[in-house]
Amino acid sequence: MIISIASGKGGTGKTTIATNLAVSLKSDVQLLDCDVEEPNSHLFIQPVIEKVKTITTPVPEVDMEKCSLCGKCGEICQFKAIAVIADTVLVFHELCHSCGGCMQVCPEKAITETGRELGVIEQGHRNGLEFVHGRLRVGEAMSPPLIKKVREYTRPGILTIIDAPPGTSCPVIACMTGADFVLLVTEPTPFGLHDLKLAVGAVKILGIPCGLVINRSDIGNDQVKIYAEQENIPVLMEIPFDRRIAEAYSRGKMIVEVMPEWKERFAKLYHQIKEIVFSNN
Amino acid sequence: MHHYLRALLQAVFHEPDPNSRVLLRELNRKTKGNTGIIAMKEIVIISGKGGTGKTSIIAAFASLAKSKVLCDADVDAADLHLITKPEIKEKHDFESGHTAIINQDKCSECGLCRDLCRWNAISEDFVVNFIECEGCGVCYYFCPEKAIDFPLNTCGEWYLSETRFGPMAHARLHIAEENSGKLVALIRQEGKKLAEKRHINLLLTDGPPGIGCPVIASLGGATAVLIVAEPTVSGRHDMERVVELAAFFKIPAMVCVNKFDLNPDQGKAIEVFAREKNIGVIGRVPFDPAFTRAMVQGKTIVEFDSQSEGCKAVKGVWENLAQSLEI
Repeated sequence: MIISIASGKGGTGKTTIATNLAVSLKSDVQLLDCDVEEPNSHLFIQPVIEKVKTITTPVPEVDMEKCSLCGKCGEICQFKAIAVIADTVLVFHELCHSCGGCMQVCPEKAITETGRELGVIEQGHRNGLEFVHGRLRVGEAMSPPLIKKVREYTRPGILTIIDAPPGTSCPVIACMTGADFVLLVTEPTPFGLHDLKLAVGAVKILGIPCGLVINRSDIGNDQVKIYAEQENIPVLMEIPFDRRIAEAYSRGKMIVEVMPEWKERFAKLYHQIKEIVFSNN
Repeated sequence: MHHYLRALLQAVFHEPDPNSRVLLRELNRKTKGNTGIIAMKEIVIISGKGGTGKTSIIAAFASLAKSKVLCDADVDAADLHLITKPEIKEKHDFESGHTAIINQDKCSECGLCRDLCRWNAISEDFVVNFIECEGCGVCYYFCPEKAIDFPLNTCGEWYLSETRFGPMAHARLHIAEENSGKLVALIRQEGKKLAEKRHINLLLTDGPPGIGCPVIASLGGATAVLIVAEPTVSGRHDMERVVELAAFFKIPAMVCVNKFDLNPDQGKAIEVFAREKNIGVIGRVPFDPAFTRAMVQGKTIVEFDSQSEGCKAVKGVWENLAQSLEI
């Protein structure tokens, strides 16, 4: 089963939920941190990293000996990543989406592919928990291809927990597609509610069942709960604001490390999700 | 005179060269500001990590800065409008990118498109999954039956508005859409145009979280970025990456630590890191529930409670920022 943890708004507690859930279960679990722009789960899990892999995406390289300057490559490219200018071909690797169109269209077979580094994937373990995350190279704009590579580490038959980035655009979609359940983490504030509605919109487009965790549930107002009721989205957990939790988080400690009694609540959260997923199937 | 010309050119292209700003000031002084040249400045607020308080802080700045255009470049999950309550004066569609659509009547099911598509976006029965489609147009280009359409997408809207703080440029990317970077670049450009038209020389831009495409699009040509960090291990980790990003694009950066008292050791560590990287540390903001209460009422903290600790601290940050950028 795949559970994606998303939010819309940033800083609502996705990583807190993902990491605490991952360490509270007795079953086989893997945690994929797909917030490749700013991955944080490793700061709490502190896994022993066993493998580091550099991930590249194919980008064109032109052999000017073979090139006839016909310009077809520039014509097919939708991303302005390749263009014939005077007697040369300019390639802008950073703009390339790796579709391979220029290589396909080149009548002289003058284009081959080389790689642009997207970032790295690190894989490790802690206490039987399998951990994988991607780290986008600073300066690289495109995160979805790296997210998809991290998701290739999904092992069927066990529970996969995905820590998604904030927002509702392509990187978040890349983290939700194919999930069995999306757990939305929000806070009961106008910003939290506004962005939650966008996230729910994304989940609906994908047709995935979802549920809510309300973090810092006693700040703000009750509009999130009213919305959840209207939309028939189950509230699966509420975490009141507690300075002990905030301080533990600031030091890189999980809730269950400072308050072990929460383990049971996270285990219960998982069972509720399981029930929803199975009743949907 | 060529120094002034360079300064002028750099002002036009919003290049963040401190030397050019000094020269421009000199030029404006010598001509008593009669050149009509406005040295427009843009401050972009970013954070790396989400939820550190970017929008609450920029909303406070909106109350504090005398003359400015507001720009919400967090197009993916824009929130600033919840405080500024803009009255929309102009509304435009944002069109960008294409999606392939297979015309089943013309399709001979030869399978070439499926072979060429690198996104696995075409199903066995030749239907394009619009979420997976990257808009590369390879299938459209090569289809022997010309059975594939490739229409332009409308993937959002952008607005020019009036608020009680002054003009505002903002946008909304449709859910699950791409090209957020292009919309960010567009909305900043529109913000600048709006400022020029109104003879306003300050643009306050609320940036997106992360370090990817939309953030990169929010940095180019900015005068400076203000990084709002939070004193947690995550906040520090993410701030370090965003500092690296600003350096990569050669944009001067400043930092303020929000909710400082939550973990003063982490807060200080962030400040030490910033100083090592020659980044100005321009203030500390305490954890203050007044920020949330202000947000619930749709107010800036300055409007909500100007005597609150949070408000006093943000005022200090704003004064330091204004002084260092000579606003």
